[in-house]
Amino acid sequence: MAKVLIPTALRAFTDGSSEVEGAGKTAGEVITAVTESYPEIQKHLFDEEGKLRSYVNVFIGDENIRNLGGLDAPVHEGDVVTLVPAIAGGRP
Amino acid sequence: MISITKQVQDRINAEGERDYPNETCGFLLGRIERNDVRESDDIIPVVNARETEEAYHRFVILPQDFLKAEHEALAKNKNIIGIYHSHPDHPPIPSDYDLEHGLPFYSYLILSVKDGKADKLTSWRLENDRSGFAAEELKV
Repeated sequence: MAKVLIPTALRAFTDGSSEVEGAGKTAGEVITAVTESYPEIQKHLFDEEGKLRSYVNVFIGDENIRNLGGLDAPVHEGDVVTLVPAIAGGRP
Repeated sequence: MISITKQVQDRINAEGERDYPNETCGFLLGRIERNDVRESDDIIPVVNARETEEAYHRFVILPQDFLKAEHEALAKNKNIIGIYHSHPDHPPIPSDYDLEHGLPFYSYLILSVKDGKADKLTSWRLENDRSGFAAEELKV
């Protein structure tokens, strides 16, 4: 079971919790477990094709999973997974 | 409703004019009172991390800058309650790109910068179902 830290912007979808738990052996499994517990957070993390949205960054400890194999990055018992938004936007 | 101090407005205007013709961006710090009334009295400007040739119509704040700002906000006993960015030579209305990348909860302040001069400042909130942005009343 990994601890998952939820950014302020998404706490409305985790009943206000800043920390939730997710079971899984990879980052993808842990995040999917969180979306199963809190279905409303799903559309903010994944797009219609089931891909992680470009503004969602996932850290295991201090390391971005982009450097650890993406959603297949291994998660060990007691790891802390942090969801960090990359803020983006702009005019057309 | 979000209320910002005159100083916050002046600083956002100055950032927007300084970075013109590129987009400026940063965080709004403040408090959220009961009834979701928001008050901002400080900003943290952030470097627009988009490549130079795209920065005239795009901005991105890197996750490490987000984490740094969140720590800075906590140290000041405040919260990140919103994000500001500019639309150079374009109305201060969220674009489809803003919608695609927007997050709920935050107040999105958009500053129109016309010919290098700060113009209108507006505030928006993403609907929780991501269907669109709703205008948020902005007071200075």
